[in-house]
Amino acid sequence: MIELKHLCRDFGEGKLTIHAVNDVSLTIESGDIFGVIGFSGAGKSTLVRCINLLERPDSGTVLIDGVEMTALKPAELREARKKIGMIFQHFNLMPSRTVAENIAYPLKGSGLSRQERDEKVRELLKLVELEEKEKAYPSQLSGGQKQRVAIARALANEPKVLLCDEATSALDPQTTRQILKLLKALNEKLGITIVLITHEMAVVKEICSHVAVMDHGSVVEQGDVYSIFANPKMQITQNFIRTTSNLHKMEELIAEGARIAELQPGELIIRLSYIERNVAEAVISQISRRYNVDVNILFANVEILQGSQLGGTVAIISGDRADVTKAIEYFIEKNVEVEVLKDGRVSDPADT
Amino acid sequence: MEEFLTRLIPNVMKDLNILGKSIVETLQMTAWAGIISFVLGMIFGTALVVTRPGGIMQNRVIYQILDKIINILRSIPFIILLFCLLPLTRLISGTAIGVRGAIVPLVFGTTPFFSRQIEAALSGVDEGLIEAAQSMGNSSWEIVFRIYWRESIAAIARGTSITLINLVGLTAMAGAVGAGGLGNFAYIYGQQRNHMDDIYVTVVILVVLVMLIQLIGNLIVKHNTH
Repeated sequence: MIELKHLCRDFGEGKLTIHAVNDVSLTIESGDIFGVIGFSGAGKSTLVRCINLLERPDSGTVLIDGVEMTALKPAELREARKKIGMIFQHFNLMPSRTVAENIAYPLKGSGLSRQERDEKVRELLKLVELEEKEKAYPSQLSGGQKQRVAIARALANEPKVLLCDEATSALDPQTTRQILKLLKALNEKLGITIVLITHEMAVVKEICSHVAVMDHGSVVEQGDVYSIFANPKMQITQNFIRTTSNLHKMEELIAEGARIAELQPGELIIRLSYIERNVAEAVISQISRRYNVDVNILFANVEILQGSQLGGTVAIISGDRADVTKAIEYFIEKNVEVEVLKDGRVSDPADT
Repeated sequence: MEEFLTRLIPNVMKDLNILGKSIVETLQMTAWAGIISFVLGMIFGTALVVTRPGGIMQNRVIYQILDKIINILRSIPFIILLFCLLPLTRLISGTAIGVRGAIVPLVFGTTPFFSRQIEAALSGVDEGLIEAAQSMGNSSWEIVFRIYWRESIAAIARGTSITLINLVGLTAMAGAVGAGGLGNFAYIYGQQRNHMDDIYVTVVILVVLVMLIQLIGNLIVKHNTH
């Protein structure tokens, strides 16, 4: 378990001081995949470096499995760091060493014999599926392969924690997914705790179980990924989530006066959002049957997050006004959030 | 063949023994001064990189002192440095002439430049590698040996060939004021006696020497670049 208590880290002096990390407290359970998301400059890189003390916090404490990292002597800290793997956005492989030599790098001084070390390197290469690249140099590898080597190197000393600093930000979407799959597999296979910082909500959605949202050095919102996605409280979190779904395009289309947004009298454009874990019923076909209304789905974005449906639908609903009202009440009763984006009966000043 | 050479470079053929001795002296001066200033350059160059602001053993005092001393020494023309160092040379080597007398000023003339070359080479090491090594629990000394030095072998070789070639030039200058070597040969036997062939042959030998140094340097660079 990683506990961060009231961490502060400032850069600069006087009026120019930047509070890169400002009173951050977080608890990360063992075996968790914990995401920290924020825009660049939000302080997430500094925060993750405070965990292994590459950045020493100005105040606050870092506890890993009850050991107060901030109180360790330099030699003890170096030993502790061997049990905290770290991977980076730009991989940071040693260009003059082969893949195998890079992976063996942290094993020097670990007391392993040469044979044991070679064996360990082969094992790690197999784990990241790069056996055939043993003798290659980093410059001969693709970005995804480099990150795999970096992961193998970070795992060499069998750490309990893996810190990922924008580990997929330099990779294309497909390679990103492969690396995330690998991280998830390692988390399940080795039980390693992963702390992952990113500016991409899609990354969080893909593998994290918990997430903290950072803005200007502070954690503004945190919780399990489903709750945060279903019910984001802060504006910045909502903005991040919008980047992963197209449900908010409708407002733009309405504002632009797109044809799809032109309504007949009696029609409404509504957005339904699934915010509770239990929405599995066929609510849309139910309301059309029960209340005699027509539902024309314009677009939908529903996916499974942590085993539950998440997302929503934008649709035009039409029918007798009383029926439409009842239908909307039914949605609310079923814990589906309803927003009316445009009402065809309210006369549009532009039309008159 | 000998006949042909005697006709082409008559004075060189007469002074062949002295020329041979001069070549050996130049090689000795280059080698000794080169080795000593390489070691010192590695120490000072590394010290500059690790003690500079933001370095892994940041130390303002050491950095400022080293930086200033190097700048001062580099701003003194070598020929003046030679004269300035006469008493110190006598103290260290026991003599101010010959190969032994030349090594002290050559080391003083070369080390500051060498230190800057090493500093530049080590500065080329990606900061990310330093951070990665720290995250793996390396101490600052391990980072010096295993990252800074190991990862910049090619750049160090490049800086070393530039410095050694410079040093060959300095040995010729030291030679002109009594240190022996090819500079001395070209001056005493060539210029003073107006034997132009002595001078031309010296030039050819120096060109070959410089090309050899560059060739070896390039081989090391090539072998260490992946």
